[in-house]
Amino acid sequence: MTLNPFVIFFAAIFTNNMILSNFLGMCSFIAVSNEIKTSFSLGEAVTFVLGFTSIINYLIYHKILVPLNLEYLRYIVFIIVIASFVQLVEMIIDRYFETLYYTLGVFLPLITVNCAILGVSLFMIIRDYSLIQSVAFSIGSGLGWTLAIVAMAGIRQKIKKNPIPKGLEGPGITLIITGIMALAFIGFSGIVQIQ
Amino acid sequence: MREIIITVATISSISGVLAFLLSLANKTIGNYGEKTVTINDEKDYIVEGGETLLSALIEENIFIPSACGGKGSCGYCKVKVLEGGGQFLPTEKGYVTEEEREQGIRLSCQCKVKENMKIEIPEELFNVEQFETTVTKMEDLTDKIKLVRLEFQDGKEMDYKPGQYIQILTPIYKESFEEIYRAYSITTPPSSKNAIELFIGYAGGICTTYVHDYLKEGDPLSIVGPFGDFQYREGDKEMVMVAIGTGMAPIMSILRYMAEKGIDRKVTFYFGARTRSDQYMMDELEELKEKLPRFELKLCLSRPTEQCNWTGEVGRVTDLLEKFEENGENKEAYLCGSPPMIDAVIPILKDKGFKEEDILYDKFE
Repeated sequence: MTLNPFVIFFAAIFTNNMILSNFLGMCSFIAVSNEIKTSFSLGEAVTFVLGFTSIINYLIYHKILVPLNLEYLRYIVFIIVIASFVQLVEMIIDRYFETLYYTLGVFLPLITVNCAILGVSLFMIIRDYSLIQSVAFSIGSGLGWTLAIVAMAGIRQKIKKNPIPKGLEGPGITLIITGIMALAFIGFSGIVQIQ
Repeated sequence: MREIIITVATISSISGVLAFLLSLANKTIGNYGEKTVTINDEKDYIVEGGETLLSALIEENIFIPSACGGKGSCGYCKVKVLEGGGQFLPTEKGYVTEEEREQGIRLSCQCKVKENMKIEIPEELFNVEQFETTVTKMEDLTDKIKLVRLEFQDGKEMDYKPGQYIQILTPIYKESFEEIYRAYSITTPPSSKNAIELFIGYAGGICTTYVHDYLKEGDPLSIVGPFGDFQYREGDKEMVMVAIGTGMAPIMSILRYMAEKGIDRKVTFYFGARTRSDQYMMDELEELKEKLPRFELKLCLSRPTEQCNWTGEVGRVTDLLEKFEENGENKEAYLCGSPPMIDAVIPILKDKGFKEEDILYDKFE
């Protein structure tokens, strides 16, 4: 069954949200969701890196690894590609796009080890997507990730003023809220499924 | 066989290409050329651009205090940046207050040298040097605290004030892959210029593990120092000292200094430990009473056991302070130990009338 790229794009945002249905990329999701502005920048950075690495990884997988029967190397190859791509982009942004560096660049090193990014590259292989489907999936996943972290930052900014039991402050309450958000997102799951 | 060769060749060539791209980028994009850093409007230093300010200054032998080794997690390496340095980064936010930010205070481990810069640092940081030392004594004070004596090589000497600290440069060893700096207070009085002693407690960290499990007598060790505003203050105010664990270290330096100089001030030292076996240096503290006629030692144990045979005070130093201290208006306090202890003691002292500027403390993190 070939899915329409738009369906994949939509599903990656809502029904198969990286954070809320796959629980990937949790570390930076919890660490950097204090403020809407910074979490939005991080979301942008994730979307950007996702979009490019999925294309590179797709090409490397299908043009190099598959012909050589080395599919099992995909984990290590994808990680290397993501890490060096992030490094490279950080250097370029740092040098030539100063304002962008302050909003987006400083977050790039955080993303190198973001499992959502490796997850997307692996999902597109497992689900046998074409290049266009992969791009739609990765950008959709990035936007979905951004949506989730910005929503979380909004909630966290609001609850800052509320009295939270001491033991639950910070990551504790964030995880609970994530769970509730995930439950809410299950409501979307009837629309489309791309598993 | 063929498969193994193909696998190895593929991985190597992919990583090779990426590594080549990265080093090419580092040579071209990451190369900012030489930049000038002007410190305190007097000294100019030519440094390699693109690095962080902290590491650029270390290369010029100027050591800004830093406990985390430039990861942006301790907040010690603040400097005042007057020109250059770019925008304030989100990674600095947690450590630099709004007020400091307006004055241009930055974390030197986050701010990169991409253009010529003008900065201000305290004058005494120019005195900070790296010293090569030899470990000449390692002694167990308790089962968790070691006394380490370091003698400076090549007859070098260090000038320091009682209460200051140095940083140990922990080398790469079996359980750590990077060099890191960790701070320890000096316990010797300033008259001991060619050797210093430290109390190092075992806490499971990179440096304490190195000292406790790997370092031996005769080994070399690099240190950087001296640092710190937690210093003995001249004057005739009554002194109240509070310490737990290795927090005794800088206080020991101050007491030894006072004994040497024959300074006659009223001093009360509150020292808290868990059990009797966690108390150390007790003999020397008793001896100090002879040299300092108005020195009083108040001890407490928080969890004395049967074997302790303890007849003294039971509880924490905060309980002791509540019980014995009063009328702090004309007194000076020196607090040293874990952050929770200090955070608990400060409000008690303020209640007793101590003025904020007369409460000095050194938090051991």
